Amino acid sequence: MFRYALRRLIIMVPIGIIVTFIVYAMVFALPGDPIQALSGGKPLAPSVIAAKRAYYHLDDPLFSQYLHFMGNLLQGNLGQTFDGQDIGEQLALRWPVTLQLGLTALAIQTVFGLLFGIYAGWRRDGLVDRALLGATLAVLAVPGLVVMFFAQSVFSVQLGWFPVSGSADGWPTSYLLPATVLGVLGFAGLARITRTSLAEVAGADFVRTGRAKGLSPQRILWRHVLRNALLPVITYIGLDLAGTLGGAIITEGIYNLNGIGQFMFRSIGMKEGGVVVTLSTVLLIGYMVVNLIVDLLYGLLDPRVRHV
Amino acid sequence: MSSPALVVATETEPTAEDAPAGAAALRELLRKPRFVLSGVVILVIVAMAAFPRLFTSADPTACNLRYSKIGPSAAHWFGYDIQGCDYFANVIYGARPSVLVSVSVSLVGFVVACTLGMLAGYFPGFVDGLVSRTADVLFALPGIVAMIVILQAFSARSVWTIAFVIVLLGWPAGMRLMRSTVLSVRSREYVLAARVLGATAPHILRKHIFPNSVAPLLSLTTLSVGVAVGTEAALTFLGIGLQPPTISWGLQIAIAASYRDDIHLFVFPALFLTLTVMSFMMMGDTVRDALDPKLRK
Repeated sequence: MFRYALRRLIIMVPIGIIVTFIVYAMVFALPGDPIQALSGGKPLAPSVIAAKRAYYHLDDPLFSQYLHFMGNLLQGNLGQTFDGQDIGEQLALRWPVTLQLGLTALAIQTVFGLLFGIYAGWRRDGLVDRALLGATLAVLAVPGLVVMFFAQSVFSVQLGWFPVSGSADGWPTSYLLPATVLGVLGFAGLARITRTSLAEVAGADFVRTGRAKGLSPQRILWRHVLRNALLPVITYIGLDLAGTLGGAIITEGIYNLNGIGQFMFRSIGMKEGGVVVTLSTVLLIGYMVVNLIVDLLYGLLDPRVRHV
Repeated sequence: MSSPALVVATETEPTAEDAPAGAAALRELLRKPRFVLSGVVILVIVAMAAFPRLFTSADPTACNLRYSKIGPSAAHWFGYDIQGCDYFANVIYGARPSVLVSVSVSLVGFVVACTLGMLAGYFPGFVDGLVSRTADVLFALPGIVAMIVILQAFSARSVWTIAFVIVLLGWPAGMRLMRSTVLSVRSREYVLAARVLGATAPHILRKHIFPNSVAPLLSLTTLSVGVAVGTEAALTFLGIGLQPPTISWGLQIAIAASYRDDIHLFVFPALFLTLTVMSFMMMGDTVRDALDPKLRK
């Protein structure tokens, strides 16, 4: 298992290099001049432009810019944005917002998703099961954008239960509404997958054997069925976790939370290659590590899956 | 946040077991009220996209600022927008981008995923390596970030630009599903028999592999139509999708975001958008149930 993990970690290196290079090249190819944008379109002295361009290595070829940037990144030096702010400091300011939002949402969706999913799958075709299938289809079918707006209009603007936007009130007040909306959206998918997987495993031969030899239903569910049914559920949670930041761009935009998502969105507009690639690298490493953990968990949960 | 696309991809499993053939599946589908209902809604929306004049005689661009933001009335069901244009006409005309994006994304995406998936599944080694590794890289790209960066590069964005970006970043999911089904079909007896009889690879792919492995991808595609509509609206809302003077639901919602007191500006496009996505999802769900023999037990 250790050798398997090591091999997987080594494969990550070339994929990481290719992906970060693609992102860097895409930002490099964006139209517009970031230095000119600093002065808001007013003419700048040629000497100023030249100094700035030299400082940010803007006139180097794509490859050497990328190598220079990655070299600094590996040394822990994230560089500066074009308006002279330290990227590392900016990120440190914004991480907590996105983390609080994401973790609250994740907690809501996991607790409710697993509870309802397990119950509905175990009592298949029961009342809860039917209600859950209908409700989750509805949640999945309403675009996330519409749900977020609707919740904001009703619960914040009309009823005044939550702050309308911003994170000034801190956790949990400011995060409760956006995190609940995100959590409900995620809950639908998780509950459906748990339910389907559990219902499928519940029909397996070993469940009948367990019943025949007189095991209590509770023991069959928690010790035998669940352990086998969790594989797809874990895959889903893993992928979902890795995609959290992508979703944060829209949520943070609507609820005006000043987190990583908004920072990323603005940075793409400003052609801040450094910020975009740093964040993409973090996302990428997160995605690959989560995938690895999921694969390793497979082996722990199901001894038939062996990693050699 | 979980994207519906993820649920769709995780819920659809590769199966190659006696999926009912076209006519039988269709007959069974037509007996399901959910399928018929969603089918009717989709037909109406498509008709709205193709012939908006059937539904409204008002010109969506004939505006009078004096009527700005007036609420719904008997003569003007949906009221007026910021510019004082008839909102009903605008919402009707807004169907076109959504339908165009969803239809083109699903058609092109299906063809790309199907072709590459069959090639990767049938030709192990170099072809499979090339296609699968490319898919790995695209999968690892943070999806929405890549979309934003690519869309920023276009100064003028049309429906086709958005459809292109969604397909470009979305094909790996369908390709992987198709590839895994093809992998299980390629070692079946009838394929081996055809090969022994001297059939060429294109013939086997077309006559034996394709019909026996296409069902899972088909249901994945119908389910992702709704996802594509939602993606277009979200991108447009972020300001990197369609631009005025294009009329689209995403744009209308984005504008309504700044005028919270005039709730009708938000409600009507959101309602139509939700109805469209929901119908496509419901249709995809029933199609999947009909095509997946495991779920029919």
